[in-house]
Amino acid sequence: MRTRKPLTVAAVAKNLGALVLAVVFIFPVYWMFSSSLKPQHEIMTKDPVFVFKPTFENYGTATGVDLFWTYVTNSLTVTIGAVALALVVALAASFAIARLKFKGRKGIVLIVMMAQMAPWEVMVIAMYMISRENDLLNSIPMLTLIYFVMVLPFTIWTLRGFIAAVPVELEEAAQIDGCTRGQAFRKVIFPLLAPGLMSTSLFGFITAWNEFAMILMLNKEKESQTLTLWLTQFQTAFGSDWGATMAASTLFALPVLIVFLFLQRKAVGGMTAGAVKG
Amino acid sequence: MTVDSQGTATAGPQDAPGRAAGKSQTPPPSSGPKEVLQPPRGRRSLPSGVLPYLLVAPALLSMAVLLLYPLIRNVILSFQQLNRKEFITRETVWTGFDNYTDLLGDGDFWTVAVRSVVFTAVNVALIMAIGTGIGLLLNRLGKKMRLVLSLALMFAWAMPIVASVTVFRWLFDEQFGVANWLMRTLGFSGYDQHNWFETGFSTLVIVLILLVWGSVPFVALNMYAGLTTIGTELYEAAKMDGASGWRTFWAVVFPNLRSFFMITTFLEIIWIFKAFAQVYAMNLGGPDRGSETLPVFAYIEGVGQFHYGVAAAISILTIVMLIAVMSFYFRLILKEEEEL
Repeated sequence: MRTRKPLTVAAVAKNLGALVLAVVFIFPVYWMFSSSLKPQHEIMTKDPVFVFKPTFENYGTATGVDLFWTYVTNSLTVTIGAVALALVVALAASFAIARLKFKGRKGIVLIVMMAQMAPWEVMVIAMYMISRENDLLNSIPMLTLIYFVMVLPFTIWTLRGFIAAVPVELEEAAQIDGCTRGQAFRKVIFPLLAPGLMSTSLFGFITAWNEFAMILMLNKEKESQTLTLWLTQFQTAFGSDWGATMAASTLFALPVLIVFLFLQRKAVGGMTAGAVKG
Repeated sequence: MTVDSQGTATAGPQDAPGRAAGKSQTPPPSSGPKEVLQPPRGRRSLPSGVLPYLLVAPALLSMAVLLLYPLIRNVILSFQQLNRKEFITRETVWTGFDNYTDLLGDGDFWTVAVRSVVFTAVNVALIMAIGTGIGLLLNRLGKKMRLVLSLALMFAWAMPIVASVTVFRWLFDEQFGVANWLMRTLGFSGYDQHNWFETGFSTLVIVLILLVWGSVPFVALNMYAGLTTIGTELYEAAKMDGASGWRTFWAVVFPNLRSFFMITTFLEIIWIFKAFAQVYAMNLGGPDRGSETLPVFAYIEGVGQFHYGVAAAISILTIVMLIAVMSFYFRLILKEEEEL
């Protein structure tokens, strides 16, 4: 394996293979972005154009569509609302799970673990009936609450890990210095949790931003929809204007791409920390 | 992740199953595999009373109302006849197990169920094989090339599901899609106006490519992260014993990363099996309902055909299948725990 001195041919093959793979994986993203910058007549060609003069007219079309800013507002409201709520509720729960001893603690840990695997996509019918009975169809608050519970279990789970990693001694020291338990938490633990809060909330953001099945089912009125649905209905919104569609996709993907690249090291490390150690 | 969904960037939750319940002190998600933190320290500070219950109450309450209750309602709905008429008049008609017996005696259901299982199996096998391969490759690359490939993988991983479905529809567009151009350039004939969404099968193949493309990065990058935790002396020992690359993989890499493989395979099964947006948004389950998987089948039966009761029964059957997979997984985890 890596200890063998690579033959030149092998080394070339290895690097060439990696390059091909890199191209394959990045291509759809590149194609989305480059198509979004192409003028209409360069999009509608049988043989793709790779060199062109970029234009922003597609972005104009995409953002000029009816209710665009309503979708943006709805998306942001729902996502940020859900994540903020999840953070507050999860912080309390994960503190209890990580720091306090009480009867039923293990049971709660188990519930949180199982809730993480909830098959939300499959429960849309029941959710629809419940929403209808309570006049909560096409409701932004209802959607926010659903997304909140969707991201809650893993928010609790990840925060629990972060809290557990803060040495108890720090808390005790603060208490010896005259802080109450609450103050110790606020002044000592909370600042140390900043990176944890950040990465958990970003993951929550991505989940809620991506959600599709629930909103498709519950929010049929245009005024209550989000960018997710707007994007899937591009066929009707733009006809077969693929340039505008790709501009819309780029706009939709951009926040997530940025957020993700920003936290990628945490992402990879965090997910394997538990799994790989075995 | 998520994301979730898929596949997608829904990344947070995945670390969870790895740390089984009861293990209290685990390193925080931020710590890379390299910096394994302090050894478990006894849990201290225990002023109990009602405080812990007050702290967990909001979380438990919201999960009960918005997760458990819909789940129970789902079960109840599945025992009702709830078609267009009952739906409008809001009357409740109990039919016992009729929805289930109808479904289980219906060829369409079995077609979709078998399709879902096969689709998931092929998908997960491909994802694991390709992901592992790329993970191993990453481990053997030089620094620069590794960065290039990781970045490319990262972009694919981070693409929001709905955006990637849209892009794939564009790549495989009948008239101006780059896929048809590529096929022509490679010398295949008949790809002038080839419609990739002509049959349910070909639609599912496109969905499969999309899912593999979107899921492989998760496996590959985590696989690589896992590989970096294996000490080089093991490879050296293997090499001294004259082991081939293949042999080294099975003798050194696989046993060391066994739980990684287990957990990742399991997560992929769940994600792919319940993937909804990718399948539905690609071609609305069509043509002729030919690309429906179980979650899409439930949605279309319910919303499209006004068979809400039947749809609820389908979703319950889907959940039962998921639970079967999960219980298998939980057993594995528990066994691992005992061995430790």
